[in-house]
Amino acid sequence: MKADYLYPEFEIIRNEALCTKCRLCEKECSNGVHAFLPEKGILIADSAKCVNCMRCVATCPVHAIKIVKSGADFTYNANWTSDVIREIFKQSATGGVLLSSMGNPKPLPVYWDKILINASQVTNPSIDPLREPMETKVFLGKKPSTVMRDEKGKMILNTPPSLELSLPVMFAAMSYGSISYNAHECLARAATELGTFYNTGEGGLHQNFYKYGSSTIVQVASGRFGVHKDYLEAGAAVEIKMGQGAKPGIGGHLPGSKIVDDVSKTRMIPIGSDAISPAPHHDIYSIEDLRQLVFSLKEATDYKKPVFVKVAAVHNIAAIASGIARSGADAIVIDGFRGGTGAAPTRIRDNVGIPVELALAAVDERLRQEGIRNDVSLIVSGSIRSSADVIKAIALGADACYIATAALVSLGCHLCRNCQSGKCNWGIATQRPELVARLDPDEGSERLVKLLTAWKREIKEFMGAMGINSIEALKGNRLMLRGIGLSETELKVLGIKHAGE
Amino acid sequence: MITINASTHDNASLCEMIKQAKDDVKISHCLGERFLGVGLKDRYIEIDGTPGNALGAYLNGGSVKVNGNAQDAVGDTMNAGTIVIYGNAGDAVGYAMRGGKIYIKGNAGYRAGIHIKAYKEKFPVIVIGGRCGSFLGEYQAGGLIIVLGLCKSEKNVTGNFPCTGMHGGRVLIRGDVSKITFPEQVSVGEATEEDMNTAMPYIKEFCSLFGYELSEVLGSAFTAVKPNSANPYKQMYVEN
Repeated sequence: MKADYLYPEFEIIRNEALCTKCRLCEKECSNGVHAFLPEKGILIADSAKCVNCMRCVATCPVHAIKIVKSGADFTYNANWTSDVIREIFKQSATGGVLLSSMGNPKPLPVYWDKILINASQVTNPSIDPLREPMETKVFLGKKPSTVMRDEKGKMILNTPPSLELSLPVMFAAMSYGSISYNAHECLARAATELGTFYNTGEGGLHQNFYKYGSSTIVQVASGRFGVHKDYLEAGAAVEIKMGQGAKPGIGGHLPGSKIVDDVSKTRMIPIGSDAISPAPHHDIYSIEDLRQLVFSLKEATDYKKPVFVKVAAVHNIAAIASGIARSGADAIVIDGFRGGTGAAPTRIRDNVGIPVELALAAVDERLRQEGIRNDVSLIVSGSIRSSADVIKAIALGADACYIATAALVSLGCHLCRNCQSGKCNWGIATQRPELVARLDPDEGSERLVKLLTAWKREIKEFMGAMGINSIEALKGNRLMLRGIGLSETELKVLGIKHAGE
Repeated sequence: MITINASTHDNASLCEMIKQAKDDVKISHCLGERFLGVGLKDRYIEIDGTPGNALGAYLNGGSVKVNGNAQDAVGDTMNAGTIVIYGNAGDAVGYAMRGGKIYIKGNAGYRAGIHIKAYKEKFPVIVIGGRCGSFLGEYQAGGLIIVLGLCKSEKNVTGNFPCTGMHGGRVLIRGDVSKITFPEQVSVGEATEEDMNTAMPYIKEFCSLFGYELSEVLGSAFTAVKPNSANPYKQMYVEN
C-alpha cells in the first residue's frame, strides 16, 4: 500500500460514555469527518478530513467531542517545522501553488501589542464616560482648510462629500461569493443599526441589499464585477481596490465552482465562469491614471460621494499614499500584511507586505510633512482585533478602522482558515444553501451590534482615562502612546517614545 | 439638439452641461476634455474633435458618436449603449465592458477589450476597423471582439500577446494571423459558420456606419480565437 505522507493534523476524541449516537455531528460536518457504522452501532471519525472548525464540538448536545492537535507529528525541528514539511509534501504531490485563507498566522511582531496607552493622573483629570458626554463620531472625507464666505460674510457650505460614522469602526470589504448571502445581510443590517458602514467587496451588490445603500461602501476592483451605474449610485461611498494586505500585487481569483446562481447575478458573470481580477487595474499604471478613475467615478456619481482608494501596506507606502492623496481621492485605506482573505497564495500571504502599524505611522507622518494630511482621511485595516487596537490606530494617525476577521469571528468563525474550500460549517465562507442557512441574519446582525457597542464603550473608557472627550482630539496624538520592548528604529518609524521616556 | 462649443467651457462645466441637457447634445471644438458622457443612460451625443480619456465610461444606454479620434479608456466598464468613433481610439478601449457596442473606424491602442464579459442578455461587442496594439482581449471573459485590419500596414493586425488569460467569449480577426503568437489557453482556427453568423450583424453595421462594402470586408478569411476552458487557472493551486 502506498504511504500517505500527510498525517492527520487533528485528532477527534469522542467520549463514548457520553455519546448518545444522535448523529448530529455527522449532519453538521460538511467535510464528512463523522460516520455511523450501523452494524457496530458506533460513530467513527476520519481525522484526515477534519479542519478543526469545531462545529461538531460546539453543536454536540452532550459535549462528547473534542478535537486536539494530533500527537503524530514530525520530529521536532525549529527550522524544518511541521508546516514546512507538510507544504513540501503537498507541492511534491500536486505541483500546485499553495492556497490559503484568512490572515497571516506566522509569529511576526504585532506592534499593537508593543504599544501602551497613556492615562491621566493628578495633573490632567480623567473623565468619567458614564457621566460626561463623550464624542466617538468621526467624518471621513476631505477636510477643507479654509472657510469660504459670501459677500455678506455668511459661510458658504460647500464641504466635500463625507461619511459620518457613529464610531471609528467599519466592516471591511468582503465580497458576496467569498462570504455568504447571510453573512452580507448580517453586516449590512448591523452597519445600518450602528450608524457605520459595511463594504460590498468586489463582487457587486445583491439586489436585496440596495435598501441598505446609505450604510454601504461599494467597491470597484480590477475585474469590475457587478459595477454599473445603479451600483455606484446605490452606495454612500465608492472604494477603488488597488490592493489587499493578504495578497499585495496579486489579483483575485474566485473559482467557477463558487459562481453559483445568485453570486452570478450579483457579479453579472455566467454561472461556473471563473471570476478573475487582474493583479493591476490595466488602465492604472500611474497616479495620473488613478486620478482618472477617481474622477470618472466622481463624474458617474455627480461628485456626491467620497471615493476611497484601498492599497496594501508595502515598502514605499508613504510615497504611494502621498500620490493617492494628490489623485483626488477622499480617503486612503491601508491594509496591513495580516489582513484576511477568502483565498490567497500561502507564500504571498505570509511573506509580502508590512505591518499596518508601521505603514500607518509612516503615511500619517509623510502626509503631515507635505501639508496634505487634511486632504484625505486614513482608514486602516489588516487585523484590528479589539477596541485597544482601534485606540492605538487612531493615536497613530488613523481616522477610522475597518474590521473583517473580527466581524466574522463575531458571526461564529473559528479561524480554521479553510475558506477556500467553500465548505464553511458556520455558514460564512460558503455558498452551499444548507450551510448558509446555519447563519441566522437576525442573530448574526445582533451579535455584530453587540460587539461594536461593547467596543464603543471601551473606546469611551480609554478616552476618559486619557482625559479626552472627543475621538477627533486623539487622532495622531502620539504622545498618548509609548513603546515597550521596541528598537530605536521601530520607535522612530512609529513616532513614539519608549515607555518610561 | 443642443450645441455646445467645448472651447468656451472648462472640463467640469462641459460634463455638467451634458448631464443637465434634456436633449441630444452636439459638442464642437472638443480638445481632450475628459469624462464626456460618463454614466449616461439615454440620449445621443455627437462630438467634433478629440474627446479625452474615459469617454462614455459606465455608459448605460444611448449613443455617442465621435467625428475624430478618441483617447484612452473609451467605454470603460460600459453596461449598454453604442459608441461610434470615426477615427482611431487609444488604449484600453472597452475595459471590463459588460454590454453595448463600440465601433472604431480606424485603429485601437493597447489592451483593446481587456476583461470584457457577457452576462445573460448583455453581450458586449467591439469592432475595430484597422489594427490594434498588444494585449487585445486580455482576460476576456465574454462578448465578441472583431478586428478587421482594413488598413495598409506592414505590421500584424494585432500586436503582441493577444487573448492572454482569455476565459470566455471570442475574438475574430480578419486576414493573415500566421505571424501572430497566441497563448496556450486559447484555440485558434478558421471562423466557423456559427462564428460568422454571430458576427454578421455587427460587421454589417460597421459597413453601413463607415461606408464599406460588405463583400470587401468578407473578402478575406476570418480567424476565430476561443478559450480552451472557462476555468484556465483551476489546476494551479493546492489547498493548504
